[in-house]
Amino acid sequence: MKRSFRAMFYTPYFLWLALFVIAPVGLIFYYSFFNIRHQFTFDNYATFFSSGTYLTMTANSVLYAFLITLISLVISYPMALVISRLRHRDLWILLVILPTWINLLLKAYAFIGLLSHDGLVNQLFGLVGIPAQHMLFTDASFILVASYIQIPFMILPIYNSLTDISDSYIKASHDLGATNWQTLTKVIFPMTMPGVKSGIQIVFIPSLSLFMLSRLIGGNKIITLGTAVEEHFLTTMNWGMGSTIGVVLIIAMVIAMMLTNTQRKRRRQA
Amino acid sequence: MSNQSSKLGKLYIIIVFALLYIPIIYLIVYSFSSGTTMANFNGFSLTHYGELFHDNRLLAIFLNTILIALLSSVFSTIIGTLGALGVHNAKKRHSRQTLLSLNSILLVSPDVIMGASFLIFFTSLKVPLGFWSVLLSHIAFEIPIVVLMVLPRLDEMSPSLINAATDLGATAGQVLSRVILPFIQPGIIAGFFMAITYSLDDFAVTFFVTGNGFTTLSVEIYSRARQGISLEINALAGIMFIFSLILVIVYYFIENHDQSTRRKKDKLEVTK
Repeated sequence: MKRSFRAMFYTPYFLWLALFVIAPVGLIFYYSFFNIRHQFTFDNYATFFSSGTYLTMTANSVLYAFLITLISLVISYPMALVISRLRHRDLWILLVILPTWINLLLKAYAFIGLLSHDGLVNQLFGLVGIPAQHMLFTDASFILVASYIQIPFMILPIYNSLTDISDSYIKASHDLGATNWQTLTKVIFPMTMPGVKSGIQIVFIPSLSLFMLSRLIGGNKIITLGTAVEEHFLTTMNWGMGSTIGVVLIIAMVIAMMLTNTQRKRRRQA
Repeated sequence: MSNQSSKLGKLYIIIVFALLYIPIIYLIVYSFSSGTTMANFNGFSLTHYGELFHDNRLLAIFLNTILIALLSSVFSTIIGTLGALGVHNAKKRHSRQTLLSLNSILLVSPDVIMGASFLIFFTSLKVPLGFWSVLLSHIAFEIPIVVLMVLPRLDEMSPSLINAATDLGATAGQVLSRVILPFIQPGIIAGFFMAITYSLDDFAVTFFVTGNGFTTLSVEIYSRARQGISLEINALAGIMFIFSLILVIVYYFIENHDQSTRRKKDKLEVTK
């Protein structure tokens, strides 16, 4: 009686796991072995790994994602460090979170205005005497806007790991004669590595597949793995090839997760 | 920390905050411009808000978006809470770990993968693309975050609470409704709010699984933004900003209220 009651209880969740987690991933793998005429084939993979276009596209996506992650990390770490030492830090971190509650599309749209030929940035350039630049639809603007969107997601985990550090560690470090800089690099930074790693994980993986940003801000010039998947699924209707690229994305994601996870485990064992 | 470096730090965060907020402020300021571009501010006017409120298509899309957000959040909160109970009650550590990693697959997987795989899934089951496919997808990607918000509360709960209730003769149903649910309620509410924001914020998954007839705000903004600038979108941004501000305030009010009552309870226990 009790057992069947329980089973009934958990059914919706397990159904969800089976239908919306396991089945879709399985279907992507399955479809990646079919061509556009729905015949079983390994051609999609052969095409992917022998074509220069797909390989450069993959390399570019990884490079873009790497740059976006790096820029947001460099900006976010000092930001998190300063905020964690402010008196009303909860309030300040709330101000970091607030922009994430605003629709992503609206933020991207704002940049279309900001970076356009007569937009605010060019107007400011004009004041300093720099001629108007074509900023929209360039690699640089794509990376800039993507980093803008990702910065709060990078700040949060770093901030959390910073606030977890007990003050006594920092006091001990100072008592033992360490300078501020030494305390930062030898004590604080190593202790916040878990936060940095989860920040990298949170930012890097979505950055691999930002297809709407590459369309809106990068024009159609920037083609990432994400745009390729979208194009194959919704425009050319070649689901097999789209799934193959999807599988590559999944593998890239798993590698990124392993790189950011295993090291943490190793540290714990040490 | 020395005075000078803390001043430098303050300057730094002021600059970063300015950069974070300039795009948003810029967007909203131009919603009040009487012009038609985001380049020259032509004096204050509410015409774009007027246009917005007379744009029946956009209003219908707005209502669709809210409907999807609320419905999907209710369902995902229920299923997610049940799921959290399941994960919590998993006997072996190993099975708990497996469940948790399966749970977080949708949280970490890129949006395009989720969208594409749901599209394959719905078409192979012959689910028509539109309202139902969007609703089901939203429920699907909101469940894991609800589980993650509820689970910590469940783990915090001492098992003696349940033992006491059963000893006093409570049935399984009573234990759930009188003991467990009230205790994990803050987690459930937090999960519900997170689910709403996930739904309102989603673009990619909806873009994949919505057919021709059905649209949400994100998808509509995307297709309009691809055609260029229309200050009606700015007006929409203004309204959505107020909307998210209200959501944030309500959410933090509930969170803080919960924390302060908990603190009070802790104090009472100490004085006893």
